[in-house]
Amino acid sequence: MGNIIKVGMADLMVSNHPSILTTLGLGSCVGIALYDPATNVIGLAHIMLPSSLQAKNNSNVAKFADTAVEKLIEDMIKIGARRGNIVAKLAGGAQMFAFNQTSDMMKIGLRNAISAKEKLAELKIPVIAEDTGGNYGRTVELYSNDGKLIIKTIGHGVKQI
Amino acid sequence: MSIGINDLDNLQLDVLREIGNIGAGNAATALAKMLNKKVDMDVPKVKILEFKDVSEILGGADILVIGILLRVSGDLAANIMFILECKAARVLVNLLMGKPVEHEGEFNEIELSALKEIGNILSGSYLSALSALTNMRLIPSIPDIAIDMAGAILSVPAIEFGKVGDSVLYIETEFSEGSTKVVGDFFLIPDVESYEILLKALGVVM
Repeated sequence: MGNIIKVGMADLMVSNHPSILTTLGLGSCVGIALYDPATNVIGLAHIMLPSSLQAKNNSNVAKFADTAVEKLIEDMIKIGARRGNIVAKLAGGAQMFAFNQTSDMMKIGLRNAISAKEKLAELKIPVIAEDTGGNYGRTVELYSNDGKLIIKTIGHGVKQI
Repeated sequence: MSIGINDLDNLQLDVLREIGNIGAGNAATALAKMLNKKVDMDVPKVKILEFKDVSEILGGADILVIGILLRVSGDLAANIMFILECKAARVLVNLLMGKPVEHEGEFNEIELSALKEIGNILSGSYLSALSALTNMRLIPSIPDIAIDMAGAILSVPAIEFGKVGDSVLYIETEFSEGSTKVVGDFFLIPDVESYEILLKALGVVM
């Protein structure tokens, strides 16, 4: 069904029905998947860092949870979505290395997921499902026909949220 | 002031390549001793890639790779990551454990620990080269290992670069034993505030 569009690291894409948006190998990065069930418009971002406000170089809006959410919604509306319909699903935010230390880098996955949820709450976009945390990578596929998000892993099975 | 990797000039890149070269030379010698075999090492390549292309380094974001991560402290705060394709790691472990090179299968505890040790030796060699060049005191942590999708593991060093820019700098080192080619990617990722310290210590930034 439809085109499969790949979203790279620190990148985002929106698309009309029928299509599939996919991003490979989410580690501590978070995949923010948005879906408008009325128009079947979908959007997917692969964010790396929680906040554009803490970064020295914030020219790439798709890199940060806060700015990526805003841009995704804006782009989805441009191709027909209605803000009030949009719902969100999240995947990723793992901790790939079990280092026993409290450096910032090691908690980045958790902070990415929290920041995405905060921004979505601020914009009144409900998060209807999530698969975050853990210590393993995830590949996700977002389908425009019903907004399902398929999550594939190595050694931790496949699930649908 | 902070220096982005895109601002590095040719001289600075050459210096990084040279560190890689010396470090890799040391590492090859150490590895050869460990394997009791002759190990060849190619001249390392210093590459700067945009994030969206990072996961393609090893041939796809969802292929299975092994990542070995060490934290560096002392005069410089940095992370060191060594990434090997699963197949390459298998060959290395087979050589080290005296198994037939074509042996396949999951890694057991001892083999995982052997891989960490390889990461340790390679990183240690690299660090001692860097330390000798810069007169800095560099202390590596014990290594940690993850076996997962390339994209997920590569995102760890990429995120550190993400704080300062939109691309990642890495040094690719290819080494081989006899006819068996083993390709590994080696990342040295100074923390944001350590970039300048490093380049200053190398005398390529005033």
